Amino acid sequence: MSQANPSLAKDSVFQSLLSGFRSARGAKRRSALIVNGVLFLIVFIWTIPTLGLFISSFRPEQDVKTSGWWTVFPHQAWTTVEEARPIPQGQTRDQPITIEGVTAMFDQWTKGVQIDADTRIIWKGNLRTGRLEVQQLRWTFNPILTMDNYNRVLAGKEYQLQRPDGTTFTVQGDDLTAGFLNSLAVTIPSTIIPILVAAFAAYGFAWMDFPGRRALFIVVVALLVVPLQIALVPILRDYVSLRLNGTFLGIWLAHAGFGLPLATYLLYNYISTLPKEILESAFIDGASHFTVFVRLILPLSVPALASFAIFQFLWVWNDYLVALIFMGITTDRSSHVLTMRIAEMVGSRGQDWHLLTAAAFISMVVPLAVFFGLQRYFVRGLMAGSIKG
Amino acid sequence: MAVLTEKAKINPDLKPDRLAVGLGGLASILIIFVLGFLWLRDGQATQVVKAFVAIVWGVSGVAGLYFFANMSAESLPERWMKRVQPFVFVGPAMALLGWYLAIPTLRTFFASLYNQQGEFGLSNYVAVFTERIMVEAWTNNILWMIVGTTLTVSLGLLIAILADRSRFENIAKSLIFMPMAISMVGAGVIWKFVYDRNPDIGLLNAVVQSAGGEPQAWLSLVQPWNNLFLIVVMVWLQTGYAMVLISAAIKGVPDDLLEAARVDGATEVQIFFRIIIPSIAGTLVTVITTVIIFTLKIFDVVMVMTGGQFGTEVIGVRFYREMFTSRNDGYASAIAIVLLLAVVPVMIYNLRQFSKRETF
Repeated sequence: MSQANPSLAKDSVFQSLLSGFRSARGAKRRSALIVNGVLFLIVFIWTIPTLGLFISSFRPEQDVKTSGWWTVFPHQAWTTVEEARPIPQGQTRDQPITIEGVTAMFDQWTKGVQIDADTRIIWKGNLRTGRLEVQQLRWTFNPILTMDNYNRVLAGKEYQLQRPDGTTFTVQGDDLTAGFLNSLAVTIPSTIIPILVAAFAAYGFAWMDFPGRRALFIVVVALLVVPLQIALVPILRDYVSLRLNGTFLGIWLAHAGFGLPLATYLLYNYISTLPKEILESAFIDGASHFTVFVRLILPLSVPALASFAIFQFLWVWNDYLVALIFMGITTDRSSHVLTMRIAEMVGSRGQDWHLLTAAAFISMVVPLAVFFGLQRYFVRGLMAGSIKG
Repeated sequence: MAVLTEKAKINPDLKPDRLAVGLGGLASILIIFVLGFLWLRDGQATQVVKAFVAIVWGVSGVAGLYFFANMSAESLPERWMKRVQPFVFVGPAMALLGWYLAIPTLRTFFASLYNQQGEFGLSNYVAVFTERIMVEAWTNNILWMIVGTTLTVSLGLLIAILADRSRFENIAKSLIFMPMAISMVGAGVIWKFVYDRNPDIGLLNAVVQSAGGEPQAWLSLVQPWNNLFLIVVMVWLQTGYAMVLISAAIKGVPDDLLEAARVDGATEVQIFFRIIIPSIAGTLVTVITTVIIFTLKIFDVVMVMTGGQFGTEVIGVRFYREMFTSRNDGYASAIAIVLLLAVVPVMIYNLRQFSKRETF
């Protein structure tokens, strides 16, 4: 390489890289290369499954069923260039057959035999009346993308599908629109109610004096890691007798209850460290606890409230167990949340990957948006209290 | 923290008008709650309208509850107000906690002592540890615990260290962390797709086939290794969590400590094992504990991907089946109590940490 023409810019870059590798700075650069290389590999492996799901959800049913999602990218594949070349007559199964100078058994020909680096011949059909197909290895890709899968899973009772010949036929939709709205209707109050309740409690614990303060807070801390399975049996019994089973109210209260220890603990840690002077001057001005809480403490606690809100939102949106236990009683799917609907679809439409991928992606849109938009707060919440029952 | 003495100029006498408004408000909120509840349960509106009403009703109802309860408390004579008001603030939270977590723990314990025939005793606990399907579930959970936790924490550590030295730290961490936002049900679908039997659908089989292997039914026929393919899903979900916490801990290791070690001629490997690991030991313990608890309760992934069939049964799925499918409450309760016992050490640790605080 050192003999290369110095007028070529490419070579001189290579030269400097080469000498760079030998110097101390080069060693650093080389280790950076390894670090970034390994990191890239891991990130690649981590992202690929989601990417596959995402791409598949936009592919037509026929494509999803017959070719992998990775074929949407340019790749080399056998492409038929000549369809109906006549077969050599009078051959038998147990004698080798020679075509284009290559000899192979009939069984091999039906699977395709390569006659040079990028051409192969396949024997289609049977021994007497078949045809030869010539295929060549060519760069190709499957570019057809469609919104059909989304329209179909979001549609209600029926959805019109078009056949390739232009006629339409009706299929049943999966009505994930209802599931989506139910998820929202379950998640939003299940997030706001515990925040509100916990913020009041955290203020009470931090700035008010009352008998049993310490004992009650110890209960909160102890309940931080209690697995929620412990509560499901008795709560379901209560719900059956209160006829709360299968209602939104029931599931909100359940999520509020299960989220409360963490919420109270996080918010107490934050609210108790707010400067005492601000509160004292407010009290001197004649403000009551309620006013101080609403006008002063809540606005000051926005970062902590946001952290917990994101945490709880993602937790409730993604929850399957609590929803299954408390909403599962109603066989009416129109009141089921997204996670339940998707789990049902995995059971009932196990091989309809074009629909399953679209459905799964619909359930991921909101949490992913929340996650990428508010990642900072989410991480903060995670650091502040990592263990949740 | 010092509790404030309130110096507000509040009229020490009872204010009957405000008390009336407060109590009246409370009563009307309760009525609205009941009416809204009945309407949501039996009403004929479309889902969109119901969802919207549900949100407004639930959230403003709770806010109103506090507002009127506080108004009633503040209208009392000062001496009484000071006694009542803290419970307006703390009471609802404590009531919810009591109903949903504290009392259920006791109720579940009592329920666990009665078997399906109503006999009192420890028979449920005996069954939880000896029944064939439960032994399988425990064995699998131990596999989840050991393999899952090891992989999650070591990958989290590896990525945290690599990212710390890379210019692409933020984007890399973001992408590794992303699965945390996805539900386990969604992750189940994503990976079932990867594992599909058909090499024209499943990525793993496509890779295996192009490497000259035979496509496999990874989740059903490849026993007992199919458990590992499920564990991969959890590792994929939880590594981001481990990475974020470990990464923050690594950044907390003082730079001059590392510099001093380098000046003294320590290699990077020595620095890693002798300085970084001891410095982040506390975080590692937290992460390991959290992931272990997580693996103990694993439910959604198995439920969606195999339903516990093909030798992949776990405790979380057993709990659900006993409680919901078999309606065997005592048995399910016994499983829940065993799960609780498993986290008691963590609970004790948390309480110790809390009682060390002199400020409360």
